[in-house]
Amino acid sequence: MTRSAKAFALQLAAAIALVLTVRASDGLDPAALLKPLSDSWPSYSGDYTGRRYSALKQIDQSNVKHLSLAWVAKLAGGPGNATGPALPPPFGPPPTSVGGEGRGDVVVAGQTTIKGSILEVNDVLYVTAPDNVWALDAHDGHELWHYFWRTKGGTHIGNRGAAMWGNYLFFVTPDDYFVSIDARTGKERWHKEAASFQQQYFLTSAPTTIGNHIIVGTGNDLDSPGYLTSYDPETGAQQWRFYTVPMNPGDPGLDTWKNIDAARHGGGHPWLPGVYDPEQHLYIFGTGNPTPAYTAQARGEGDNLFTCAIVAVNVDTGKMAWYYQTSPHDTHDWDSAQTPILVDGDFRGSGPRKMVLTASRNGYYFTLDRVSGERLVTSKFSDTVNWAKPDLNQRGQPVRDPAKDHDIAGALVSSANGGATNWPPPSFSPDTGLFYVPLSESFAMYYLTETDARGAMGLGGKEEIGVGSLGNYIIAIDPKTGKTVWRHKFRTAGAARGASGLLTTAGRLLFGGDVSGNFVAFDPATGRPLWHTQLGQVTNAPETYLVEGHQYVLVAAGDSLYAFTLN
Amino acid sequence: MRRDQASRKARRARRVRLLSACSAVSAWIVVALVTVQAQPPQGRGGGRGQITSPRNAYPDRPAGDPAAIERGRALYSVNCAFCHGADTRGGDQGPSLLRSGVVLDDQRGELMAPVVQNGRTDRGMPKFAFSTEQIADIAAFVHTFRAAGYDESRQKPPSILVGDPRAGEAYFGAKCASCHSTSGDLRGIATKIVDEKVLQQTWLMPGGGGRGRGAASPVAPPVPTAIVTLPSGERIEGRVEHMDDFVIALMTADGSHRSVRTDSDAVKVDVRDPLQQHRELLRVYTDRDIHNVTAYLVTLK
Repeated sequence: MTRSAKAFALQLAAAIALVLTVRASDGLDPAALLKPLSDSWPSYSGDYTGRRYSALKQIDQSNVKHLSLAWVAKLAGGPGNATGPALPPPFGPPPTSVGGEGRGDVVVAGQTTIKGSILEVNDVLYVTAPDNVWALDAHDGHELWHYFWRTKGGTHIGNRGAAMWGNYLFFVTPDDYFVSIDARTGKERWHKEAASFQQQYFLTSAPTTIGNHIIVGTGNDLDSPGYLTSYDPETGAQQWRFYTVPMNPGDPGLDTWKNIDAARHGGGHPWLPGVYDPEQHLYIFGTGNPTPAYTAQARGEGDNLFTCAIVAVNVDTGKMAWYYQTSPHDTHDWDSAQTPILVDGDFRGSGPRKMVLTASRNGYYFTLDRVSGERLVTSKFSDTVNWAKPDLNQRGQPVRDPAKDHDIAGALVSSANGGATNWPPPSFSPDTGLFYVPLSESFAMYYLTETDARGAMGLGGKEEIGVGSLGNYIIAIDPKTGKTVWRHKFRTAGAARGASGLLTTAGRLLFGGDVSGNFVAFDPATGRPLWHTQLGQVTNAPETYLVEGHQYVLVAAGDSLYAFTLN
Repeated sequence: MRRDQASRKARRARRVRLLSACSAVSAWIVVALVTVQAQPPQGRGGGRGQITSPRNAYPDRPAGDPAAIERGRALYSVNCAFCHGADTRGGDQGPSLLRSGVVLDDQRGELMAPVVQNGRTDRGMPKFAFSTEQIADIAAFVHTFRAAGYDESRQKPPSILVGDPRAGEAYFGAKCASCHSTSGDLRGIATKIVDEKVLQQTWLMPGGGGRGRGAASPVAPPVPTAIVTLPSGERIEGRVEHMDDFVIALMTADGSHRSVRTDSDAVKVDVRDPLQQHRELLRVYTDRDIHNVTAYLVTLK
């Protein structure tokens, strides 16, 4: 056998083994992830486009006023009944499987909060919170199993969900492990160290399944490099790693940093899952802020590539195809990590385009060509944002006004640190051709407190105090022009907080949580509310699925899941 | 950062450093700080106790042997401090060790040793012929410094009073005096609110400021009122207790509570936000206006 024939035979055997593994199960076939979002919700955004637009239309504008509660599931994190239930099944909850490297002596204060996507596959829901995974029956929300991870520590700010491949689930932990669970039993298969806990990484993102790759992104608020790692779903072996900042002499972008030490501590964490273009084999995602975030002198005066950018990498090699930076040399901890959205269509009469859309935390919206990375549209989607100069540069990027970085005596800056928008996912409806995103308009005083010329680390060196909100909105942007077509301002007398992530459906509905604890269905053409119910603050983006002929709308508020249907 | 601002800040930073170098009291504080850092502060999470915020999410290193730390301090100060800074935060020649992945991952010098013993000649770091034990001592000293982006111990805010009080008085007369009076509601405001940063926050947005996370504002925010007109023509006026897109709840002058559905165009809602002018002015102020007004208000003792 020639060398290439042997290699071919091996590849063929591997491919057959792969098909058998997946086919032999009743789990999730990775090919199903290529289908447009409809009956199930098998990945972070439901499908690879990131649009969060479901083809389901049993619930529509004509009947949404009859939408009512089907079930509620209140989830309790922690070791729970790890030693066995008080009552045997089916009377009590199933036992908790416990894993983890911690000694069990770390108490995480605060209740379980669901801040991520929930997978719906074969009538089972997979739900996460930091250190916890649950499987629930999608008909009635009853618990099938619970997995708990004993932590060593780390920032327990949130978990964005699990990924699935065959019968395997994957999630990450605040103490930096990449964990695989058997979706049928909730028992751990293995766990791998995905980042250094000592360097104060903490992992929050939902992994992404693409073919036989499971892609995991980092998070860290100290000075460290951001990266993606691609893992083998069977073994957890690393396939490739892509750093979002230059790590070695000769790496592209190094000339945008003061020196290599600055670049290697430069941040750019891919905090949220990206999207996937199967034709280009490109995984497209956003990167976080450069570090140190505020006292930027150690980074030099350059753009600090590839932080605060939309980046496309080849999913098989982990090599970068293109990038577009939405905040050159950010100085406010305003990530561009928001999950982008893929849309195909005519662009201003120039013929069909493959586009990628993003509304950045810095208050600017972008439409890019996702084959080339060429910028097509830039617009400012917040009226109050004042950190940049009036004119864009030749590349269509906002140009930072250094006077609005911060000041010892205080600089009045819009937005406050939370940004014009944040992680809650936007949505795009092909019915209206509009991009929907939550918007907060706010001001804060940014005070420089670190007077040492060497600057601070991470998010340090400043004091930032909010001084007022001018409103919270859901807005609709036309991706062809960047113009806001409508904006719905929430009426409120209380403290300002942003709206939740969003969902659109073929029933011509736009779902989201408002700033007063209501869960609302809007008309996506106008922003007019059509239905609402009071749940308390919605903490994730709503989703929808179909079980036994009934469409459900699923949303989380704190530690509870609420499923609505036409009863 | 503008150039003039940058040089002003640099001058201020130099002044701060000079002061601490010259003053015996400050030198004592520096020593005290190092000593404190050598002992694990209480209340950190990760491995011992509760995680309540990102500030305490990572475990402290176990306290090192005091004798080893002292030996390490001596070795470090003679051999390392020139490039990496007396506080390990970097100097003109060498990078910060405090955020170095090698140092953070290191436990007892085992990861630092190859770098120290072999040098990094491509980056200008020479070899040092230290023994493994000596490097363990240096590591014990270096590990007394805590790496943290949320390091309150370094938040010693300098004075924010850089403005011109007379320009602030003129601005106050033009923009604020229609509602406020320095002989009326603001009489003695700088005596009531001593902290100048809290004073600045409070005049920018009453009830919205307060220093740092969770700090209470010295004044309560004024509550909005509303007038609701029902389809019947009835008018209900009161303090807003709850308000969203669908319902408004008011407390009327006689102390009774009224709740009205507002998701119909037939119901008119007229909200009076007493802070509306303050909100609108956020789009108008320059930073210089803010600094000047604060410099003026601190004179109102």
